[in-house]
Amino acid sequence: MTWALAFLVLAPAAMGLIALAVKNLRIGLGILLSTALVHLAATASLWGEAPVTRFGTLLQLDVLGLIFLTITSVLFLLVAVYTVPYILQGTHDTQAAPHRFVPCLLGFLAAMSLVSVTQNLALMWAAVEGTTLASAPLVYFYRRRGALEAAWKYLLLCSVGIALALLGTFCLGIAASGVSGSGAGLTLEALTKVAPSMARPWLKTAFVLALVGYGTKMGLAPLHTWLPDTHSQAPSPVSALLSGALLNCAFLAILRFFQVCLASGDFAFARTLLVVLGFVSIAVACAFMVGQRDYKRLFAYSSIENMGVMAAGVGLGGAATYGAIFHSVNHSLCKAGLFLLAGNVLRAFGTTSAREAHGVLGKLPVTGVLMMALFLAIGGVPPFGPFWSEFLIFQVALRGPNPWVGVLFVSLLAVAFLGMAGVLLPMLQGAPAAGTKRVREPKLSVLAPLALATGALAIGIYLPPMLADALHRAASMLGG
Amino acid sequence: MTGYADFLLLVVAALSLSIVATSRLTSCVRASALQGMTLSLLPLALWGGALDRHMLPVALMSLGTLAVKGVVIPLLLFRAIREANVRREAEPFISLHVSVLIAAALVGFSFWLGTVLVLPRPAPAPLLVPIAFATLLVGFLVLVVRRKAVTQVVGYLMLENGIFIFGQTLVEEIPFAVELGILLDLLVGVFVMGIAINHISREFEHIDTELLSTLKD
Repeated sequence: MTWALAFLVLAPAAMGLIALAVKNLRIGLGILLSTALVHLAATASLWGEAPVTRFGTLLQLDVLGLIFLTITSVLFLLVAVYTVPYILQGTHDTQAAPHRFVPCLLGFLAAMSLVSVTQNLALMWAAVEGTTLASAPLVYFYRRRGALEAAWKYLLLCSVGIALALLGTFCLGIAASGVSGSGAGLTLEALTKVAPSMARPWLKTAFVLALVGYGTKMGLAPLHTWLPDTHSQAPSPVSALLSGALLNCAFLAILRFFQVCLASGDFAFARTLLVVLGFVSIAVACAFMVGQRDYKRLFAYSSIENMGVMAAGVGLGGAATYGAIFHSVNHSLCKAGLFLLAGNVLRAFGTTSAREAHGVLGKLPVTGVLMMALFLAIGGVPPFGPFWSEFLIFQVALRGPNPWVGVLFVSLLAVAFLGMAGVLLPMLQGAPAAGTKRVREPKLSVLAPLALATGALAIGIYLPPMLADALHRAASMLGG
Repeated sequence: MTGYADFLLLVVAALSLSIVATSRLTSCVRASALQGMTLSLLPLALWGGALDRHMLPVALMSLGTLAVKGVVIPLLLFRAIREANVRREAEPFISLHVSVLIAAALVGFSFWLGTVLVLPRPAPAPLLVPIAFATLLVGFLVLVVRRKAVTQVVGYLMLENGIFIFGQTLVEEIPFAVELGILLDLLVGVFVMGIAINHISREFEHIDTELLSTLKD
């Protein structure tokens, strides 16, 4: 019995309810910060535990879940720090209710934690749907028309998409129900045990439905259309969590289904599907990144691209699996940082248009420099972390049976890099409009992006053995 | 008891078709409420006699479904209709006659699908799998062809109902706590959607989702 598992889910949920009842903004922010700190401490305490920890029959955490849980927890703390000046100094619409911000954020954290700490696939589904519901009110926190439109698309498309994933979960249950000795329900442990003798048509249907369903939430093409709208319209701290933490949760859900396919021995089709969807996502994202006018949408499309990289990595297998999980860590660090910085730019310039926000380096030097660094990082420039993970996936693709896959991979990444550079470089370096002065940047609003950029650089230069070992063990669970 | 279950399933299918055939929003929500109530009886009809040790969870599940799908969600939707002040569906993308024909074709297709995808364990009622697929597909149809936000939510509910019927084959595998979680998600989901509809109608003075298309590249 590891009580920390239950604590990770229940504590944020309970604190969220308290924050909702208190209605005081400053107390709410205090609750947010302290919960985030305690959550991270509880997560850190799990790193020393046995490979698998469990609480009751519903909660169970393995190393794969632990990696994703840690990403969520670290990002949440940094975003919480950023949120303090963001909310206190925000120019609020009269309609916005700032005291609802903290409860929804905490509910969001509870749901994301539950996705990582459960291996009951049906409960995991309920948790993923919970993340949508907790974050939708955050997306239209400012009741602007664009934000409402984005929230509606997010709610409906993701709910419908995830409904398919529930159907997939049930199909998996049906596939297992024909096997004698099953009956332990929809836990990953029971399912992988009976996987070799599962009814194949149901297993394949289940994986396809889960891939399409959770893929909607992860932002894999062709059901990614809600993502650029939602991630660009949401308040910046929320965008950071949506891109950095939530997309990973959906990825984890797909990986759980992949584990069952792997255990069944019949996984070639699953790999092919992941590679195809991954490459389509990268290509679609590239097409929209080149010549993008809105810098928040640019980052959103870059998230789709990176989700494609991760899906393709797991699909390619071997060392690329390690690369894919490592890349999810890297992408979270970089993208969360970029969205937080986008929030600073948006506040100073009052526009999300890359052309109108001219001369960021002149007006906001710290934000500008950090944005440049994180752009280089996510673009795959050494020595930042993403370079190593993408390079690993590229190598595997190149050495595989079809070397042109590797060539295609690296060409698409080059297009994405150039597309991003074409939008961001003029925006960062351009001459500031006449008469603009340096704007004071609150320390707390550059602290979190600075920490994220440092992290992305640090794991590129030196990967701590503990993390490398965890990544290896996680990859070996996924056939890597 | 399976005869009783099959009867309930036929009622569910008929209600799905009636939702497709009507353009009055209140009638759509009423039919959806009836569908929820009918579904709440389904676990009792299927498992009422057979599973002694599952009796309490099954009864609670029925009650929960009745409360959530039959009462609370319809009330939320009625309130959304009242506040947004809309009565009728404005010009569906596909005319009502044609959509009914498509829905009928989808039901036929579902019966064919039911014969192709064979359950490893015999279904508790012969009509279970075909009607589950039919409800799901007709729900999709409503989601795609209707323009008002409220009817789209009704379509989403039908989709969920189809999955609920499908889930009845797994009553032993899914822990009660999880069933409850799924139901809670649905409730909160419709609640949040209702609030969003309310804001949309105030901000835009309509709830035509087709007109929500300002965000693009």
